[in-house]
Amino acid sequence: MTTLKVNGHDHEIDADPDTPLLYVLRDELKLNAAKFGCGLGQCGACTVIVDGKAVLSCVTPLLLLKGKEVTTLEGLGTVEKPAPIQRAFMEEQAAQCGYCIAGMMMRAQALLQRNSKPTDAQIRSEMQTNLCRCGTHMRILRAVHRAAHLMDTAELTPTTQGGAQ
Amino acid sequence: MNGPVNLDRRQVLAGGGALVVSFSLSDAFAQDHAAAAPKPPGSLATSPYLDAWIRIDADGITIFTGKAELGQGFKTAFQQIAAEELDVSFASLKVVTADTLLTADEGYTSGSQSTQYSGTAIQNAAAQVREILVAEAARRLNVPMENLRTENGAVIAPDGQRLGYGDLVADNMLHVQAQPKSKLKNPATYKVMGQPVPRVDIPAKVTGGAAYVQDMRLPGMVHARIIRPPSYGAQLTECDTASVEKLPGFVKVVRDGNFLAVVARKEFQAIKAMRTLSKAAKWKEKPGLPKQDDLLAVLTSLKSNDTTIFQQSDASATGQKTIEATFTRPYQAHGSIGPSCAIAQFADGTMKVWTHTQGVYPDRQGIAEMLKVPLPSVRLIHVEGSGCYGHNGADDAAADAALIARELPGIPVRVQWMREQEHTWEPFGPAMVTKLKASLDGNGKIVDWNFDVWTNTHSMRPGGAGSMLAAQHMAEPFAVPEPQPIPLPAGGGDRNAIPIYKFPNAKVVHRFIPEMPVRVSAMRALGAYHNIFSIESFMTELAELAGVDPVEFRLNHLEDKRGREVIEKAAKEFGWQKAQKAPLDRGYGFAFARYKSLAAYCAIASEVEINRETGRPRLVRAVAAVDSGQVVNPDGLINQVEGAILQSMSWTLYEAVTFDDTRITSTDWQTYPILRFDAVPDKIDVHIINRPGLPFLGSGETGQGPAAASVANAIANATGKRLRDLPLTRKKIKDAIDA
Repeated sequence: MTTLKVNGHDHEIDADPDTPLLYVLRDELKLNAAKFGCGLGQCGACTVIVDGKAVLSCVTPLLLLKGKEVTTLEGLGTVEKPAPIQRAFMEEQAAQCGYCIAGMMMRAQALLQRNSKPTDAQIRSEMQTNLCRCGTHMRILRAVHRAAHLMDTAELTPTTQGGAQ
Repeated sequence: MNGPVNLDRRQVLAGGGALVVSFSLSDAFAQDHAAAAPKPPGSLATSPYLDAWIRIDADGITIFTGKAELGQGFKTAFQQIAAEELDVSFASLKVVTADTLLTADEGYTSGSQSTQYSGTAIQNAAAQVREILVAEAARRLNVPMENLRTENGAVIAPDGQRLGYGDLVADNMLHVQAQPKSKLKNPATYKVMGQPVPRVDIPAKVTGGAAYVQDMRLPGMVHARIIRPPSYGAQLTECDTASVEKLPGFVKVVRDGNFLAVVARKEFQAIKAMRTLSKAAKWKEKPGLPKQDDLLAVLTSLKSNDTTIFQQSDASATGQKTIEATFTRPYQAHGSIGPSCAIAQFADGTMKVWTHTQGVYPDRQGIAEMLKVPLPSVRLIHVEGSGCYGHNGADDAAADAALIARELPGIPVRVQWMREQEHTWEPFGPAMVTKLKASLDGNGKIVDWNFDVWTNTHSMRPGGAGSMLAAQHMAEPFAVPEPQPIPLPAGGGDRNAIPIYKFPNAKVVHRFIPEMPVRVSAMRALGAYHNIFSIESFMTELAELAGVDPVEFRLNHLEDKRGREVIEKAAKEFGWQKAQKAPLDRGYGFAFARYKSLAAYCAIASEVEINRETGRPRLVRAVAAVDSGQVVNPDGLINQVEGAILQSMSWTLYEAVTFDDTRITSTDWQTYPILRFDAVPDKIDVHIINRPGLPFLGSGETGQGPAAASVANAIANATGKRLRDLPLTRKKIKDAIDA
């Protein structure tokens, strides 16, 4: 048994220590957002946040996560109370099939947590790790810009759930 | 005539004033009488009963479509169409998509046909249902129909009395065949159609809701992995299962000839078991792949069945200047971000499969044939997967799951392909060769046009079991079916091979190659991608030869009014100027097509920047104009066209499946690179020319061909060098600049 903190709660995990975090999240904790895309750390569909940093959960084994805090898209907000990044993606309709989108959002969230006013070049550079096949890139970029703006204004409106900050 | 009753469906749909639906025999009925009466529009022609599309019961109003949501957003668009014509609120409707037990058989969700066929059926069915409900209200109230109106799910009498649709529906009232014509609303009065209604599926997708077949977790579900042969035709000679059987969570090894799979309780246990079993499996391989670096010679030397698909001659028109060019396209991958996945459960004599296939009915037929069971004992239910862009591994994964689930009665089995399996086993978009030759007269007009296209089939989709890998690999294998060309006017490899432009002399030959050395099938836009890339590249070459601006040159050869307007719109919004020169190391390109010669029109102007040191190209901006008839959801349409441009740009600049003489060697995103954010344009603008009241024209694939040619023309404009062999890589551009 390993204790793993996910979205603010401790979980006792019954999985081999070499199990990638992705399968712990999906199989043990029944979370949907982190997606299997390649299992090779090449596409970013599995991106989650660990201690504030964007991490590829498909190549991060459970044994490396002792004492760390994992945040998934589910931990940011809900349909009813979306976090700024979620609101921004909804408002920009930034999805086609949407399979890559959860990973995109988590990478963007990690960026915005450490840099609340990124330039367009910084956003593009940060998102380089993540692949989208539908060609939704323009909307994803717009949504990240919008999320940065929403997070700025969210500090003034406590009713909007800020998520994992 | 009353439709024959299908007991399965009656059981499923029974209850609460429900309307019984029957499809299979009603189709036959419709066909029997096809010659006698005009058919109703869209897919109503093949599934004419109104209650195949719309059902009103105690649960409210449900819309049924036989099409599958693949990320195009049509589920939202169909809900808009139904809400509009029924006069109910958008939010009050539910939409059920492709399910062999519940929905009409609409074949495949492909070819940009969902709105055109299914959307049209829903629109007309909704209008006719509304009329039936108004007639029923008129009867009950003893008021003339024309004195009644509808609003928000109710018929309203002149005295203000409201009769809800649910109260009006009784018995089999909607189990009637559609009329050939419907009283559709005046587009000027539309409230929901034509609006950028937010997509219904996005909230779950951005909050971690269960949105995909990959997210399904059925009670007691186990996880399976396939151990595929290392290459086409490899034979499994040895497979000691002892080592895998000792692993934690092990459930079962399923072997049937060259089909090998392992099942475990947990997902990562299944992956470990797959790795262990892969090591134990010994395969005998044989080389059989063609030379990847000379596809031109490979394709033009294989036996082909040649058909002249278009010919026109006018001896009075003669040319003065003639040019020729050859264009090639490699095999290209769909490359879904989520590898294929399916869940199957064999219980109570029924094989249920949850799948992201594009065709639940044809896939059901393939799976039933493979399992040697009657059709009604197999049910396929579409659940969204990662975007597929054509025939990827979805159908194969469904067959894999069914074959394994048969060995584990009662237990739901989830099959998830690995990345390298999707990359090496998906049926690729076929390689193609086109040869063009054209002559100009003294006025700079094309007087003679010759176009030859060498291609495999562009659809090896199931229908029979032989199209599915599992069935091909079984001990008693099913043979791969004979490939067939897709008939014109839509066409397959010859899709968009017949030019939309008017030339006095023209000849188009489709050289259909039956032999398929590499596994191929349908990829977004089929042959239209390469044919339009070729035609529209060549049109710009001819414009240069004629000394005429490329936009003007196209207009000089085009009569189609809507096509002309789309070209003019894209040029205007781009700021296209005659004789304009792009800044240093930049180039402008233009291209246009009407997809399939019968669907949406699309013109794209683009600006490309070339790094002279490295040859690296970057699309700086693109401006598109699209006419897809009556627009249902403008933002959805824009999203589709933006995506088409970026995806096509990725195919065009980067993508080629690689292989040696035995194995596919592009196995992941390192070996098959695609667009990343560093190459994303500064801006893409999509301008819609709406055509209120005109038929919906498919638009999901309309951008694919024009985007490729527009980018290629911009590269030629920037470098002065014409590249004709896809993909137009950094290295090819650099070599051309240095040459």
